[in-house]
Amino acid sequence: MSEAKEYKYIGQRSIRPDGYDKVTGRAAYGADMSLPGMVWGKILRSPHAHANIKSIDTSRAEALQGVLAVATFADFPAQKGASKDLATNILANDKALYHGHAIVGLAATTADIAERALELIDVVYEVLTPVMDIRDAIKADAPLIDEKLMTVGLAEAPTSASNVAARQEFKKGDVEAGFAEADVIVEREYYTPTIHQGYIEPHACTVSYDEAGQSMIWCCTQGHFDVRAQTAGILGMSLSKLKVIASEIGGGFGGKTTIYLEPVALVLSRKAGRPVKMVMNRDEVLKATGPGSASRNWIKVGAKKDGTITAMQAKLYYEAGAFKDSPMMMGCMTAFTPYDVDNMYLEGYDVLVNKPKVAAYRAPGAPQAEYAAEMAVSELANKLGIDQIDLRIQNAAKEGTQTVYGPKLKAVGLVECLEAVKNSPQYKAPLKAGQGRGVASGFWFNIGGQSSVVLNMTPDGTGILVEGSPDIGGSRASMQLMVAEEMGMEPALFRPIIGDTENLAFSQGTGGSRTTFATGMACIEAAQDVIRQLKERAAAVWNVTPDQVEWAEGVAINTAGDDKLTCAQICKGAERTGGQISGRGNINARGAGPSFAVHLCDVEVDKETGKVDVLRYTAAQDAGKAIHPSYVEGQLQGGAVQGIGWALNEEYVYNEDGLLQNTGFLDYRIPLASDLPMIDAIIIEVPNSFHPFGVRGVGESGIIPPLAACGMAVSEAIDIQIVDLPCSPPNVLKVIQENS
Amino acid sequence: MAKIHVNTTINGEPTEFLCDPNDTLLNVLRYNLELTGTKEGCGSGDCGACSVTVNDRLVCACLVLGAEAEGAEVGTIEGVAEANQLSVIQTKFLEHAALQCGICTPGLIVSTQELLKENPKPTEEEARYFLAGNLCRCTGYDKVIKAVMDSAETLRGEA
Repeated sequence: MSEAKEYKYIGQRSIRPDGYDKVTGRAAYGADMSLPGMVWGKILRSPHAHANIKSIDTSRAEALQGVLAVATFADFPAQKGASKDLATNILANDKALYHGHAIVGLAATTADIAERALELIDVVYEVLTPVMDIRDAIKADAPLIDEKLMTVGLAEAPTSASNVAARQEFKKGDVEAGFAEADVIVEREYYTPTIHQGYIEPHACTVSYDEAGQSMIWCCTQGHFDVRAQTAGILGMSLSKLKVIASEIGGGFGGKTTIYLEPVALVLSRKAGRPVKMVMNRDEVLKATGPGSASRNWIKVGAKKDGTITAMQAKLYYEAGAFKDSPMMMGCMTAFTPYDVDNMYLEGYDVLVNKPKVAAYRAPGAPQAEYAAEMAVSELANKLGIDQIDLRIQNAAKEGTQTVYGPKLKAVGLVECLEAVKNSPQYKAPLKAGQGRGVASGFWFNIGGQSSVVLNMTPDGTGILVEGSPDIGGSRASMQLMVAEEMGMEPALFRPIIGDTENLAFSQGTGGSRTTFATGMACIEAAQDVIRQLKERAAAVWNVTPDQVEWAEGVAINTAGDDKLTCAQICKGAERTGGQISGRGNINARGAGPSFAVHLCDVEVDKETGKVDVLRYTAAQDAGKAIHPSYVEGQLQGGAVQGIGWALNEEYVYNEDGLLQNTGFLDYRIPLASDLPMIDAIIIEVPNSFHPFGVRGVGESGIIPPLAACGMAVSEAIDIQIVDLPCSPPNVLKVIQENS
Repeated sequence: MAKIHVNTTINGEPTEFLCDPNDTLLNVLRYNLELTGTKEGCGSGDCGACSVTVNDRLVCACLVLGAEAEGAEVGTIEGVAEANQLSVIQTKFLEHAALQCGICTPGLIVSTQELLKENPKPTEEEARYFLAGNLCRCTGYDKVIKAVMDSAETLRGEA
């Protein structure tokens, strides 16, 4: 590990610059924008899980006073490729593919009239048998969701369509030889249910179509440049004629990286000649957005008596929903990456079912596969009689470990996380009868990518930092600290704002744990650009060359004399030295450092009811360098609790007709304050050498370990191996009863 | 549908509005009165993002009709800060980084204010149960509870 650097501002727990607005109710979110003359859009949704659409008649609805426009799939220009799937998800074409699939959009002068008008739309359906589970979907005689879908990635090209969109494999070494060396083998199939990201803010947008000039979308999104690309793609618009403003965003977790309403709203606005606002209700959010993939994952792991893991094998099936592209590949790439094991073989299958098109959910694909892998590794430890953490340390991935997907790992903090958890007070706390403890590791790659930033200096020497990554969890505070550190000036002198698609060049969205890493690098580059210009201006004033000027603590210093000029002085005089100063950082960041996490969960199980109580919880994770430790801890804690919800309670419940039964927060129950203990967060800092301050993204890895940490803790508490999630009271009770 | 004329007091200010008989207080606040600080997360009383007070009683504004505000005292997030001075609870939420996306924050702050009025010295468990009606998907509640406990201490003059 390189020596920790001393920083002046980085590492402070500063007050977030957008904090005042967010605790007073002033911050404007997706549903908070209204425009003069605005009307309301609503969506008619399929009451069936799988049905041919024979006809749509909107005439009775259009005759209702106050109804201004309707939109169907026929209003979209011809689509191809990924845009076709996206468009067909936004408004069904000839088939309704899941319960809640959007069929018709409608705009009326009030929300109430729009709701009533939806009831006047006549759709004739031919109901088909729904396919709701991977096991049914992959059968040779399964009803086909897409009659033209041919599996890609098979050794031999298929001759007939199926519900399997793709197969992929990753391999290193020889698993057969590895298992032959093993003294102990664990082999099981695990299940994880369909779950939802569960952001509290429903999807919402307010749009205004302008035929001649600039159309506008205001919406809650993780990436407004992506909204622009996706919407313009579907509607065949030029990117420069569509302006997208990102509102404040009330949670996304991956679920707001795609679009649902925006193209419909623009079509309605075009037809009605009025601005249109659309806001989903919770029922629509659960039925038709998100969710995260359900999975059935078979795992086999083997080890020698001394604890050396010799082979790891997996066959992973992921639900894609009604359109291809589950995060199955990411499952394959992450499942065994916490281990330095020579022999690995993973196969993944992308399977269509009559559920909503899955969306990214925090470390997409990783929790499902790593749940199965980590459960198997913990069971292996038990069979070997080796401590769960010790076995993981013995086989841990480290600098130089060859990953199954290609690169060798650079310096990573997995061993440090494992040791920190082993030394935590929780790991030393004794357990009572009926209690159990689970440990699990988690790996996520993290991404970099394109970020564009402009730092506009004002004549008083303060700066407006315009960045393109919607602030979903306090990132403005991190950007402010990084710019302050680079400039050597107080953080409060810089005001971070999220620019719209006209203020900046393209920026990727907030996702993949990329913002503090990549947009942070762009902020630093913009600050360096400003410093360079400030030095040039100072040099001009002193009649020296710029390389004779040094920049320190926010002050230009003439090394050829004693002169000094502050940033404020240079900016005040900018008018006379060449005009105002702004810096730019438009980058495509490479070198995102992976973040490993290790969690420890203690539970108590009530064997009469099957209810699981989380008693204590510790989450350790490698942040590289924590720019704002509070918000890093927040990511660790929030990820842990989302994972706890996934492990213990959350699941989509469908009836035999494929209709979703739990479409509200009452019965799609995410964790409450009263369900939880404090979450002890331990920040590990193994710097990422590709980032000026050593940052690794921390947003995602934290949701991975809880599934197996909780699952294993429950297994220990009831002394029965859990395989299926969630460990909800009825499921746990069933397992206890079946094994008694 | 004939509109109903309602006379009420919102954050101490006399206010009148017209609403449909089926308009919720939440929609009236957000769309008739442009008080958008109160958020809608579910519309069914399950998430607490629309927590407000009506005659000092903590309610979900999505479960109250606008017409029920007649003659009542309604308190929303917009009335928590005095002019531009944040309340202790608001300050503690910021100091403890007890918000990430912030959509649940107005509801949590209104609920916390009511908790500490009813029970100035809550245990952690009491705070967790009182706030069980306010869903937060970002924080895992750890820092929220720390902010609430610190607010309670400060308001008691112990911090």
